[in-house]
Amino acid sequence: MYVPSVTNPIGDYVREWVPQLVAYLPESLQGETTCSVIAFAINAIICIIAVCLVNIGSAPILIYMERKVCAHVQCRLGPMRLGWHGTIQTIADVLKMLFKEVYSPQGADKKLFYLAPLIVLIAPFMIAALIPFGHNLLVANVDMGIPLIIAVNGFGVLGILLGGWSSNNKYSLMGSLRSGAQMISYEISFALVLLFVVMVSGSTNLMEITNGQAGTVANWMIFKVPVLGFLAFIMFFIASTAEMNRAPFDIAEAEQELTGGYHTEYTGTPFAMFYLAEYIALVTNSALAVTCFLGGFHAPCIGFESVDQILLKVPGVIWFFAKVYFMIWCYMMVRWTFVRPRVDQLMSFEWKFMLPVNMLLLVGGAAYIALSI
Amino acid sequence: MSMTQLPPGFKITRETDSEEFFINMGPQHPSTHGALRLALRMDGETIVEVVPHFGYIHRGLEKQGESMTYLQYIPMTDRQDYLTAIQNNLGVVLAYEKGMNIGVPEKAEYIRVMLSELGRIASHLVFFGCFGGDLGGQTCLLFGFKEREMVHDILEEVTGSRLTTNFFRPGGSRFDVPENFIPRVKAFLDHLEGAMKDYERFLSKNVIALERSVGIGILSKEDAIAFGCSGPVLRASGVDFDVRRANPYSIYDQLDFEVPIAHNGDCHDRYNVRIAEIHESMKILRQCIEKFPKEGPYRSKEKPVKLNPGRYYSEIETAKGLYGTYVVAASGDKPYRIHTRGPSFPHIGVLNKMCQGGKISDLVVVMATLDPVIPEIDR
Repeated sequence: MYVPSVTNPIGDYVREWVPQLVAYLPESLQGETTCSVIAFAINAIICIIAVCLVNIGSAPILIYMERKVCAHVQCRLGPMRLGWHGTIQTIADVLKMLFKEVYSPQGADKKLFYLAPLIVLIAPFMIAALIPFGHNLLVANVDMGIPLIIAVNGFGVLGILLGGWSSNNKYSLMGSLRSGAQMISYEISFALVLLFVVMVSGSTNLMEITNGQAGTVANWMIFKVPVLGFLAFIMFFIASTAEMNRAPFDIAEAEQELTGGYHTEYTGTPFAMFYLAEYIALVTNSALAVTCFLGGFHAPCIGFESVDQILLKVPGVIWFFAKVYFMIWCYMMVRWTFVRPRVDQLMSFEWKFMLPVNMLLLVGGAAYIALSI
Repeated sequence: MSMTQLPPGFKITRETDSEEFFINMGPQHPSTHGALRLALRMDGETIVEVVPHFGYIHRGLEKQGESMTYLQYIPMTDRQDYLTAIQNNLGVVLAYEKGMNIGVPEKAEYIRVMLSELGRIASHLVFFGCFGGDLGGQTCLLFGFKEREMVHDILEEVTGSRLTTNFFRPGGSRFDVPENFIPRVKAFLDHLEGAMKDYERFLSKNVIALERSVGIGILSKEDAIAFGCSGPVLRASGVDFDVRRANPYSIYDQLDFEVPIAHNGDCHDRYNVRIAEIHESMKILRQCIEKFPKEGPYRSKEKPVKLNPGRYYSEIETAKGLYGTYVVAASGDKPYRIHTRGPSFPHIGVLNKMCQGGKISDLVVVMATLDPVIPEIDR
């Protein structure tokens, strides 16, 4: 009997430990198959809980952070009433959202209408499963990590297109079509930048990419390849902002033009799911940026033994999340600083600027590899 | 007429190869700046026709004015263009003064000019905020409103209310200004000087903002005149007309200021003209601070409540443009007819001309640079 096994460090630990558990079972049930089935089940449950915790747990933190960053950029205080500096405000908002009436507009395609927010959630959850959060914290150690991420990322467009189409609202439809065009275009740049990373590091496995950046800060992808690394990082930043539909590339939900875009007609829980997907995408894209460019879970060692000793004592997962939240902060500052380009300007920016530059980047990366060998 | 129906005269071609559709923008839409409805005929993202519909907040202010005494009508002008309430007060009061044959003491004139210019700065700051906000930069919105709050604090101290000021009276104003008025205005101007630098850095040279506004919504000189545009919209199209200089009222003829104009008539020019006007207003305020008479009455001795029978017209330059008041006075203390010529109404009329062939995002930017206030259109 074939039992699928997810290769990850947690799985290895579970597989070591399960035979002791199986020994307590009746003799007729003991055997290789039982061991692997139980190991798989335990492993899967742990992984699912972990992914859900990381993703859903970070959403309230991010919403709170977004409000505070936004408020301080705009010379305001943000939420201050509920809890210390408004820390409980997000929970109150989530509760409010859950208790709202779930409503679908007249003439909406109800099946698709309620399916869309679910589809939107798939992509960020799947990407989160591929990212190494620490030396041993990884759900799926997939050899084809980067191609899988590029493939899965496309799911988001599907949900947004369905949501806009099934709402029976012209604003929603326009928003979703804009978003479809935008995300499909920027996916090309997104993929090309990731290919640059793959080329330089020589692997599509995210764990190997991360471990290739071990050592000092100079080994991080952003500094490893002179100039090109930084350029690639900027390109990734722009492309992922567009991928996430975040301002300044939020033309899909351009509030001033389309009153909310594809999620205009959503209320209550389905709306909360769109919202959740947006914030989880923020985490996963930041995590991807950290993994590919900022050394992943490796400590920012600077080459001095005495300092590095202290830095290395901090667990990798803390470094990872510190870097992720720094990236998120960058995304937020950009969101609250820039104004939004028009839809056609956005597309010409992708096809006339981003794409050629990314092609050149690949050529540059090839030249770097050829020279360094 | 229900919302789902097409407005009269608005037709979508039934040809099979046509992909045009109708979209309803407003009256509850974030960027129509109030209860304005725009019926759009669209071809994809491109606008084919814009038909503005208003009347959603029509209150019949002019008709109400006929059953009010002259002085009772002054607060009604606050409720037209609420962003330039203090200037509207001045407009109607100037018309009354013509009918009452009374003069205004020097100090009262200075108070009038200073408060009007403060009002102009406040209105243009709201424009800055809304322009940035409509471009998608929510932060600009808050930035614009931050300094506007300071103007409103000054107005509150002087007039007793922040938005609906109801301050000027025939022959002067309601009260004298408080002692710390001049130092406060001075402090505000010093603050605004620095703040404006930040704001201009934020939007004036931002690449995306330039992409969005240069060459968008072009209004030719001829169209601007033909449609009756006024104020910054007219001046951005290259027409050098400002009531403050063309037909000076109050003490504007004694003050040294420039009328900024631009020649392209696009959204960026309208933005530039307004920003330049903030600087000119600051110049005027600084001159007024120097010349402000410390002594003297703030209101003329006689306090008439009736106009001599006849027809009187006054026009002033508010932040939005030409604000005319026409009063027909019969015997009695109520006007026979009172009419306002507001600046925002003609600006909405020109919207279709400016937006045809543009994208729906351009419409939003054009709306922001026309800077209409809907209660003033509907009255």
